[in-house]
Amino acid sequence: MIELHNICKTFRVARRGGGMKSAARALFHREYDTIQALDHISFTIQDGEMVGYIGPNGAGKSSSIKIMSGILTPDSGECVINGRIPWKQRKEHVREIGVVFGQRSQLWWDVPVIDSFELIRDIYSVEPSRYRKNLDTLASMLSLETILKTPARQLSLGQRMRCEIAASLLHDPKVLFLDEPTIGLDAVSKIAVRDFIKALNRERGTTVILTTHDMQDIEALTERILLIGKGQILLDGSLAELRQRRCGKRDITVSFSRTQASGLETFQNPPKGLSLRELLNGRAVWEAEMDSCPVSEAIAWLSTQVEVTDLSVSQPSAEELVVGLYREFGV
Amino acid sequence: MRLYRKYLSIHVKSMMQFKTSFFLTALGQFLVSFTAILGVYFLLDRFHAVKGYRFTDILLCSAVILMSFSLAECFARGFDQFPKAISNGEFDRMLVRPRSEIFQILASKFELTRIGRMLQGILMLAIAFWQSGVQWSFAKILTLVFMILGGTAVFSCLFLLYAAFSFFTLEGLEFMNVLTDGGKEFGQYPVSVYGKAVLAFCTAVVPYAWFQQIPLEYLTGHSTNPLRIAAPLVCFAFLIPCYAVWRIGLRHYKSTGS
Repeated sequence: MIELHNICKTFRVARRGGGMKSAARALFHREYDTIQALDHISFTIQDGEMVGYIGPNGAGKSSSIKIMSGILTPDSGECVINGRIPWKQRKEHVREIGVVFGQRSQLWWDVPVIDSFELIRDIYSVEPSRYRKNLDTLASMLSLETILKTPARQLSLGQRMRCEIAASLLHDPKVLFLDEPTIGLDAVSKIAVRDFIKALNRERGTTVILTTHDMQDIEALTERILLIGKGQILLDGSLAELRQRRCGKRDITVSFSRTQASGLETFQNPPKGLSLRELLNGRAVWEAEMDSCPVSEAIAWLSTQVEVTDLSVSQPSAEELVVGLYREFGV
Repeated sequence: MRLYRKYLSIHVKSMMQFKTSFFLTALGQFLVSFTAILGVYFLLDRFHAVKGYRFTDILLCSAVILMSFSLAECFARGFDQFPKAISNGEFDRMLVRPRSEIFQILASKFELTRIGRMLQGILMLAIAFWQSGVQWSFAKILTLVFMILGGTAVFSCLFLLYAAFSFFTLEGLEFMNVLTDGGKEFGQYPVSVYGKAVLAFCTAVVPYAWFQQIPLEYLTGHSTNPLRIAAPLVCFAFLIPCYAVWRIGLRHYKSTGS
């Protein structure tokens, strides 16, 4: 169980204008800005939960992950993970967690991946039999068999990320922190990584905390979302709740036969609440406000206007939801 | 210790990935140890005595310094690279591993180059050992071993202090090199030749004198006080303030953005 209570953290950042003159002045007299990175953060995560931690850049995601993994000491507040305070009982604490920083490697660059794994085994003093078993499972789940003997520097980003994740799980952690695990990956690797995380959470009951900017990750993986902005928790709920909160809109995409004129003049006087978003080569995207214009009404009207060949109705994507949220909270 | 060996083997494996570089480095090391002998030769040629110390006493002193410095450098090299480890996030990674930070830093860097430096130190020491004209008894050999250990401790502490300061600055501090590299250079002569102020500084602040000038008196027969044998052990006390600064630094650790 992870419990955070009123965690605060501030950073002092040196501030100076550009140019040589102010650089020289800064040598002698520094001005500092205090940045409240985390401002009374509180939440609780139960064992076996999978939580998506989202927020714009600089919102405090990384800082709170670093506090939970024992890297940073907060200015005030309490944080207890599995009965331990991360920064006070660091060694005992990190034995039970795994951390993947998407943008930083934990593998030794010039040696085959398997050598890194073996060193990690010794660092965590994993028993040989358990290591063998974990390695076999991880290698087959993440299809690593063929790349274990390659030096890390020669791996592709997707291969490396799979190795990074495996490296963080060799010691059976109870909690896994993933900091942007799919950043820069191609579609196939992304899906492989997501499937693996899902299976891990289901089969081993590992608690997963995931920060990401990729809303598809959130959609595919997490039930619960924590939205952080300006150092505060703005929203704590499920994706479904979030949808409900801003579900008043539907996108309607219609394709119509090309023989008709595809200009704006085709569509005259749309009903109230229906607005055109895109129009291109016989394909139009409409946005319907469901309060004033139910989907059925919109479709009925559209079919009187053009000869519809195809039609689809979709909810706003998680991406759009989050953009809406950021705007709503002004972060 | 076993784990330290594993780290070493990773470093060696990494180095062997680049064959040409590996052999060139080894060759370079070989040449470096030759220059050491040349250095001693030129010294012998130029100097004879300073402030009551015979040349051979000074030779002994500089051999001890060189040896301790290269030992410290060989093992504590990671501290030197520490500001870099902070800025590229490697230190974050160390903090999420269940081992002591200091151990991981010590194990994070290991350079073959340092072995060459050490070879040089051993050569110097061997020459000084035979040339010094000291009547080697068990007590005197013990003193010499203590001197080297004490010196290694002082230089390692300075490296640790250097790393600890970079918690506050997030950058390396060149002024620390005055104490480390500078110490290596000026420490080749017993510190008392530099006058009272330097001697006081080297006794009370950074304990150079304790592993160098004080036991050297015993070694060369200027003094017979047996307490001087154990004097280098005082150097280990220097670890306490340095470690304290390190702990304070660690609490202030800010990490870097990703």
